[in-house]
Amino acid sequence: MNRSADNRRVLFRLLVVAGLMFGFGYAMVPMYQKFCEVSGINNLLNPDDPLRNTQVDTSRKVTVEFDANLHGLPWNFKPGQTSVSVHPGELVHVVYRVSNTRNHPVTGQAIPSYGPQLAAAHFKKLECFCFSRQTLGPGESRDMPVVFVIDPALPKDVNTITLSYTFFEVAGTLAEPASKPIRPGV
Amino acid sequence: MEATHAHGAGHAHGDDHSHRPKGIMRWITTTNHKDIGTMYLWFSFAMFMVGGAMALIIRAELFQPGLQYVEPEFFNQMITLHGLIMVFGAIMPAFVGFANWMIPMMIGAPDMAFARMNNWSFWLLPPAGILLTASMFVPGGAAGTGWTLYPPLSIQMGIGMDMAIFAVHILGMSSIMGSINIVTTILNLRAPGMPLMRMPMFCWTWLITGYLLIAVMPVLAGAVTMILTDRHFGTSFFNAAGGGDPVLFQHIFWFFGHPEVYIIALPAFGVVSHVIPAFARKPIFGYTSMVYAIASIALISFIVWAHHMYVVGMPVAGQLYFMYATILIAVPTGVKVFNWVATMWRGSMTFETPMLFALGFLFLFTIGGFTGLVLSNTAVDVQLQDTYYVVAHFHYVMVAGALFSAFAAVYYWLPKWTGHMYDETLGQWHFWTSIVSFNIAFFPQHFLGLAGMPRRIPDYALQFTDFNQVSTVGAFGFGLSQLLFLYVVLKAIRGGEKAPAKPWEGATGLEWTLPSPPPYHSFEEPPVLTETKGHA
Amino acid sequence: MGMNNKTKSRLAGLALMAWSGMALAAWEFDFQTPATKAAQTVIDLHDLMMIIIFVIFIAVFAVMFYSVFAHRKSKGHPAAQFHDNTLVEIAWTVIPLLILVAMAWPATKAVLNMRDTSQADITIKATGYQWKWGYDYLKGEGEGIRFLSLTSTPAEQIRGTAPKGGNYLLETDRHVVVPVGKKIRVLTTATDVIHSWWVPALAVKQDAIPGYVRDTWFKAEKEGIYRGQCAELCGKDHAYMPVVVEVVSAEKYTKWVEEQKKQMAAAADEGGKTYSMDELKSRGEKVYAANCVACHQANGKGLPPAFPALDGSKIAKGPKADHIAIVLHGKPNTAMAAFGGQLGDGDIAAVVTYERNAWGNKTGDVVQPADIKAARK
Repeated sequence: MNRSADNRRVLFRLLVVAGLMFGFGYAMVPMYQKFCEVSGINNLLNPDDPLRNTQVDTSRKVTVEFDANLHGLPWNFKPGQTSVSVHPGELVHVVYRVSNTRNHPVTGQAIPSYGPQLAAAHFKKLECFCFSRQTLGPGESRDMPVVFVIDPALPKDVNTITLSYTFFEVAGTLAEPASKPIRPGV
Repeated sequence: MEATHAHGAGHAHGDDHSHRPKGIMRWITTTNHKDIGTMYLWFSFAMFMVGGAMALIIRAELFQPGLQYVEPEFFNQMITLHGLIMVFGAIMPAFVGFANWMIPMMIGAPDMAFARMNNWSFWLLPPAGILLTASMFVPGGAAGTGWTLYPPLSIQMGIGMDMAIFAVHILGMSSIMGSINIVTTILNLRAPGMPLMRMPMFCWTWLITGYLLIAVMPVLAGAVTMILTDRHFGTSFFNAAGGGDPVLFQHIFWFFGHPEVYIIALPAFGVVSHVIPAFARKPIFGYTSMVYAIASIALISFIVWAHHMYVVGMPVAGQLYFMYATILIAVPTGVKVFNWVATMWRGSMTFETPMLFALGFLFLFTIGGFTGLVLSNTAVDVQLQDTYYVVAHFHYVMVAGALFSAFAAVYYWLPKWTGHMYDETLGQWHFWTSIVSFNIAFFPQHFLGLAGMPRRIPDYALQFTDFNQVSTVGAFGFGLSQLLFLYVVLKAIRGGEKAPAKPWEGATGLEWTLPSPPPYHSFEEPPVLTETKGHA
Repeated sequence: MGMNNKTKSRLAGLALMAWSGMALAAWEFDFQTPATKAAQTVIDLHDLMMIIIFVIFIAVFAVMFYSVFAHRKSKGHPAAQFHDNTLVEIAWTVIPLLILVAMAWPATKAVLNMRDTSQADITIKATGYQWKWGYDYLKGEGEGIRFLSLTSTPAEQIRGTAPKGGNYLLETDRHVVVPVGKKIRVLTTATDVIHSWWVPALAVKQDAIPGYVRDTWFKAEKEGIYRGQCAELCGKDHAYMPVVVEVVSAEKYTKWVEEQKKQMAAAADEGGKTYSMDELKSRGEKVYAANCVACHQANGKGLPPAFPALDGSKIAKGPKADHIAIVLHGKPNTAMAAFGGQLGDGDIAAVVTYERNAWGNKTGDVVQPADIKAARK
């Protein structure tokens, strides 16, 4: 019958729409990541392009504060310096200190975050321990470098930026039972 | 609109009795739109009672500061289940029930387009309802995250969370099947001579709602599936450790959640657009602009979602954009209110129960709309986000908006469904007790929010005590009023004054050309529309 | 029928009593008294919107109710049959649009101002834990100060066995102390789930999201104590993690900073001290009551399955090192937080000793601050 063929055609089309929208829900994940990358809010794994014609803006200084957080990791994690004062365009080297308190290797991933958020787009990291997972051996301590440039295009009214890292456990690496004695003093 | 309906109505009626299975099997196997509509409505009412009981537990605990009756974790489970059950179990099925009952009759069709699928989409609901309610009794209890299920809190929950996720999946599937059915019915089964721009407003609102549902329920299903895999299969969509972001869930959820608000509100608009003209004895004002308003509300609802997230710390440009878009949605909503008032203007009004509920809807929904406008202002919302002001706002929209309109619909169509007039006196009592107690329950919550009481807390600082007590008293009054409603409906089903085919003087539309109660198959042969002017 | 003067004045007195009774009972129905310019701006914006809304509301419903009363069938009003008027419809689309644009303008200015966190004098990081706030003074005067701030409302008041105090649920053991008239930038983050740092009188509310920092700011104009709460549902004790900000003069603030520095120095070299079992147990009981009791309960029975019992547990009766490790580092993907960053060596030693010897756990183990210091390395 003609009508039931019509019905089936509408049914089919609507099902396709529903299926596509389910896919769209998942597509929002990469779209969101892309959006965050483009806006510089959350650029995890790739170094930023070095700025072309990096003109150091000596007319002003920006204070960069450093902050460190741990999330479920048996580590100590601290910035090597609480803050630095830099000119936009200047290449800056800083370190973060991290040490593993366990007697087996533990892997973590650091996630950077910025306050205020709009600074993120102007904060160019050329080298960062957050570009890859970090595995620390038993009791190992390490100084981890961050090299960055503040884009001189940073709005003039921003004079303080906080760079904050949170180190997360990479799932499974803590699984080893903690019952082995912790070696003191390492 | 006049219709001469063809021979078969009475004949079909007698015919069907011989084929139908009897007893419980009739209901399990039925593919009849009226039976299914009835089941939707009863399911919805049962869930309304369950969700309402939870609301009363919440209000009882909030009668005084301190912990009296329930533990905080149980309180959190109550707010979660109350939200999920009321939205997915009570309000949405109620309007699907109305659609099932009325749309085939309004457009002159024998039944829904996919009768068998209609049966499936209903019978998915009870398992989902049971799953949700039963999750209270598993170890760790139900999800205690609020109906928004935000991670990482939802990652911490026990097995009750998984049950809620599966329930949402099932409810979503049911909604999608139901909407496909409704959309197909409206597009393909209209009687000859009924173009889209002349079909009843209720059909228009449901056509657009159907599209909204098909577009956003899969997105919700995707979001909760991501939570499920984050919980059990090591993905990290919402876990910063694995490169995810908990805020991403909020974006996906509200991409569903905001259109969801209009999924609930639009059919309510549809009902009111029938009731007000019927009792003003005057055609609806500005039919065309009403249709455009509905369509633009639906479209704008896709681009305003992040106004639920002003304090998550999105870029300031985002805050401004979402504020402007949200403010914009007030324009078509205002148009609808103006249209309804203009419909009443210089009419010849009577105030039977359906009209009273429609007016109650109009008055209170407008208040809810205005508080929505206040909340759309990002700077003010920073103070009001996650406070009782928001709770008051969405209860004005959901309860006074959707629920009051559902009551209007029940009273308006009950004579048609049962063949009996309901008890008008008791109906009016139901209206007055409901509207008074509703305002006692929810109006003070605006003040609580302004003064700084956060939502979703089982215990509060002393300065919030007085208004909370008032609110609790109102809530119990509102709950009790609904028992009166049940009594009125049961009384009308069991007997009462015989209803004519068209019990309301000013009602228009094909549904009123059928006898009350209508034959088992509404229109065996499509009715012939003889008049070309006017619409329902 | 006249009312004599006496009755009148008595009625007036009653009304006055009722009114003052209501005032005493704190029927608060507007925003809290603002302590920042931003909070005042919010109130002004809200007032402006309420005026516009009120006018529109009255206009629309005056028309509707006039119609309801005048155009009734019972009064014999005949039904008109008009159903369109293009001019009117265009008017009531365009005019509201213009009003809304007018409302959006001051709102935009307020939002831009609220989000401008530059030129701050002091930066404080607020970290949300289930269910308490931790504060780090990152920059400016007081740099290096860090502490936890817990609710100080006793359980007896919550359970109704003691009368509730005036600041019930809005009091903490340590206040966030800041100087008046200085721009304070607040960074928010969380360790477990999303929280939200909110002080109504300062008009700051900012979600604290695990793994990310967000920022907001305030500049208090008046000295005083301002109280708020966590505003985002964060689990069981969401209602019990207040925020208390104490705004003091610059001199008082300097003094407070000095005191804090002294206390922190004292706590830092606890690693070398040893204590007796009784000292550790009584100190541990206090630490337990502040940090552990919400989940594991005072009787050590916990709230299984979400919050396991400590009384008789494998952890509390097993090897010391395991017990210390779980307290220091938490247990991933559960509500068990890492206390290593929150509590000093002495407190952790005390609470572990307490847990190993309280209830039925008679292990007799003593854990000293030095053990914790060693385990941290």
